[in-house]
Amino acid sequence: MAYFSQQLINGLVLGSIYGLIAIGYTMVYGIVGMINFAHGDIFMIGGFVALITFLILVSIGLTFVPVILLLVLLVAMAMTALYGWSVERIAYRPLRHSFRLAPMLSAIGMSFALTNFAQVAQGARVKPVPPIVTGGYSLFERDGFVVQLSNIQIIVVITTLVLLALFTWLVSRTRLGRDMRACEQDQTMAALLGVDVDRTISMTFVIGAALAAVAGMMYLLYYGLVDFFMGFVAGIKAFTAAVLGGIGSLPGAMLGGLSIGLIETMWSAYFSVEYKDVAAFSILIVVLIFLPTGLLGRPEVEKV
Amino acid sequence: MSAVPASTAAPDDILAVSGLTMRFGGIVAINDLSFTARRGQISALIGPNGAGKTTVFNCITGFYKPTAGDIRLTHADGKGYVLQTLNDFRICKVAKVARTFQNIRLFPGLTALENLMVAQHNALMRASGFTLMGLLGMPGWRAAEKAALDLSSYWLDRIGLYDRADEAAGNLPYGDQRRLEIARAMCTEPALLCLDEPAAGLNARESGELNELLLSIRNDRGASILLIEHDMSVVMEISDHVTVLDYGVRIAGGTPQHVRDDPKVIAAYLGTDEETAIAVMEGT
Amino acid sequence: MATAPKTATATIDNGRSQSGFAAALKKALLSALVALVLFSLMIGVRTEAGSTGQLIYWTRFTELAGVVAAVFAGSLILELLRSWLGPFDAAGLIPASAEQPLKTAQRLFPLALLAFTLVFPVIFYDQRYILDLGILVLTYVMLGWGLNVVVGLAGLLDLGYVAFYAVGAYSYALLATTFGLSFWICLPLAGILAAFWGVLLGFPVLRLKGDYLAIVTLAFGEIIRLVLINWQSLTGGPNGITGVPRPSFFGIPLTPGDDGFAARFGLEFSPTHRVVFLYYLILALALLTNWVTIRLRRLPIGRAWEAMREDEVACRALGINITTTKLTAFATGAMFGGFAGAFFATRQGFISPESFTFHESALVLAIVVLGGMGSQLGVALAALVMIGGFELFRDFEQYRMLVFGLAMVALMVWRPRGLVGHREATVFLHHRTEISAELSREGRG
Repeated sequence: MAYFSQQLINGLVLGSIYGLIAIGYTMVYGIVGMINFAHGDIFMIGGFVALITFLILVSIGLTFVPVILLLVLLVAMAMTALYGWSVERIAYRPLRHSFRLAPMLSAIGMSFALTNFAQVAQGARVKPVPPIVTGGYSLFERDGFVVQLSNIQIIVVITTLVLLALFTWLVSRTRLGRDMRACEQDQTMAALLGVDVDRTISMTFVIGAALAAVAGMMYLLYYGLVDFFMGFVAGIKAFTAAVLGGIGSLPGAMLGGLSIGLIETMWSAYFSVEYKDVAAFSILIVVLIFLPTGLLGRPEVEKV
Repeated sequence: MSAVPASTAAPDDILAVSGLTMRFGGIVAINDLSFTARRGQISALIGPNGAGKTTVFNCITGFYKPTAGDIRLTHADGKGYVLQTLNDFRICKVAKVARTFQNIRLFPGLTALENLMVAQHNALMRASGFTLMGLLGMPGWRAAEKAALDLSSYWLDRIGLYDRADEAAGNLPYGDQRRLEIARAMCTEPALLCLDEPAAGLNARESGELNELLLSIRNDRGASILLIEHDMSVVMEISDHVTVLDYGVRIAGGTPQHVRDDPKVIAAYLGTDEETAIAVMEGT
Repeated sequence: MATAPKTATATIDNGRSQSGFAAALKKALLSALVALVLFSLMIGVRTEAGSTGQLIYWTRFTELAGVVAAVFAGSLILELLRSWLGPFDAAGLIPASAEQPLKTAQRLFPLALLAFTLVFPVIFYDQRYILDLGILVLTYVMLGWGLNVVVGLAGLLDLGYVAFYAVGAYSYALLATTFGLSFWICLPLAGILAAFWGVLLGFPVLRLKGDYLAIVTLAFGEIIRLVLINWQSLTGGPNGITGVPRPSFFGIPLTPGDDGFAARFGLEFSPTHRVVFLYYLILALALLTNWVTIRLRRLPIGRAWEAMREDEVACRALGINITTTKLTAFATGAMFGGFAGAFFATRQGFISPESFTFHESALVLAIVVLGGMGSQLGVALAALVMIGGFELFRDFEQYRMLVFGLAMVALMVWRPRGLVGHREATVFLHHRTEISAELSREGRG
């Protein structure tokens, strides 16, 4: 029971990170109907930017951890958002009304380019950082197993919850959110009614990238390392999460992220670590067979 | 069955729909609908917008599974099929029901000829020995392919598109696309041809040509046709029998003359659209 | 992106270049500014784990300045070209008088290409590197043609094609090393096994559409790769399988021994014999793929694939069984992938999961899409461009993927419909027709 509780906590934390990335996928898919393959790499860039900012802040003598974290968060979000914006401008906007496979291939190309860019710019080796946030709580003990809840885990979950709430508010209550939903339904009509479609789509990419940057930073804090290749696997799993939750749905993305996180941790804990990814992907396939539009996705009615 | 031409013989029912009900969530689109279509005749299903006509079609052609009811099809040789139990593609393949769509669904990137060849898929599949014989270029396959080309040419000629056979279907004018879709359905050699608003979007001249085409399909080939139509000139001119639907319920049925004078029909149409109602009453 | 340059060209000459230059300068400055922010940390600061495991960093402002300057210059040149030349229009480059000879050339081109590939080993007999490159290109041509059946004809988006390539390679390697079966027996078996896996993948994804299908196929490819890595007792795990038998010349080994190919035919032994043999082997396999695909397109099954790509609902209404149509497409494509995999294994003599990453799937898909969906010639040309281009950057190993990725983006933006943007009708009454790809749908599956 204690072991299970510990895995539950670990799974939820990992799931939160996946969920944050998945939101970026789901939003972009909802509005432009394409898989933003480069999103996993945006997450990786976010991790790197957070790492470098952190190094600089420490070296100029900042020691107060909350201030460091806040500054790192802001810089990472802003800079990664600019990456998201640029990627859309260069690789997707020219192809917006093109046929479906062209933007997808362009996105895959962008993903390769970003991965390799990080490798060339920052080297191929893993970048470790010393633990920034330490400490935690022992929740309870049973059968000699102590269930731990670390401060960093609390930070990850709280940040995710706050961002999710903020984001839900943004989409449902603000002008931008309304524009986004309008573009999702019908871009031409939205444009006729005075919605700046280009700007709205750009903003979607910017927000998605900012959230991915948060995920990247959380990953850095939680695992204490980044490397240029981490975007690929995390990206696939986050996209899996988005699909699992029902693509286009924000709560779905979060739910899918948590599911994937839990499946992965539980599988590693009780079965085999080697096959954790196989488990995650297999469950995706099984879910899609029975729920072709994911857990919370709207069923697609075929008009005849 | 005797060999008397279907149009003059006492017509029997090719399609019998009874108690058909279709619910989407809480909405009842069709409620306990019963009607029949006679062999060798043109039967029409009319009604105001949202009356549930296309839903009936989708139930008959297997795109929807009806909530309740029975759809029976009887071939001329007496073989019967219960359509709601057949899988969508089997309705065309086995029961021989072909259909067209309200918003044309041709294969736009294939040529007109290719569209008609695709329609002969099942016959050609058998002839090609499920691909193997065709891959090896066996003579049996060659003959079958020739026959399929001939049938396609025949229909292209019938709809006046013989010269444009090698053009992409998506490049053809709207009226031609409508006729091509009908020809494509006929290439499956159907027992029952279901047409979903074949005259929609056609001008008066094209609509007239369509009437001629449909009448000739009935007269020359003894085909049975079930059509949904808004264009009353088409319905009144060519239908042998009309069923009127409103809010998913059958409100009238009979010959075009009979239906036109039915006060319930006039009321139903008046309730929605005055012009159509007048058209129904005047039979234009 | 189309409107701005057009209005620029509409104004009078004198004003055009001036305002064009100012606008271009402004845009270039803006791009440089964005680049400066983007790269300030990623390039301007370099991190590395120091000797004690402690992370250290140093600044690289000269490199940063260089990259930003390059972005500025590149953007300026691009903008100027765009405003001076107007929107790039390929059709406008070809004068009407040249169209007829060009069409003839178009007809002759594939034949010339085929003739060239046939004499290729004779021309480059002494250049081992070029021969190897030829084999590599042909392998991807074959993979492209195989995937083309699934993506180009049937319109089913498959992001895990490499799985079938892997199944073929491992089938051959395992059958040959454990049972000692010869290549010629294993080749069809590898194809059959891959086709079987294609059907196995096909079943669950029958109901899936578009991007859901894409992600499931991607997941499938990853599952196969992960199983290959982890099932150590069977596959040797990350170390792979070594000592995969080399192919024989229809039973005669291509070795220096007395019963070897050279001795039997009274030739002096040369390792090139085997390379040339491998070249013709993959050429034959690729041509077989091409021939079968061309035949299939003219058969009802191939037409059903293309019809399914255009409109699945209409297919169902015409009595076409979508399930079998999809499964046959998957199986056919997978089978060709399996053949290519078996060839890969025998050529390398060693296989490991590393050769079967998502990167390979993406590369093959890029070849198909760049080739112009459904066009056999286009796919062959795209394979040549992609693999050849890739090889050009061999000396810049570390920048290779960067350039490759950016090239993919640029190619897609330049020609979203691929190099050959039309499909040829499979049957005709009066004359051969080529249908612009603009009309074709790309399938929702």
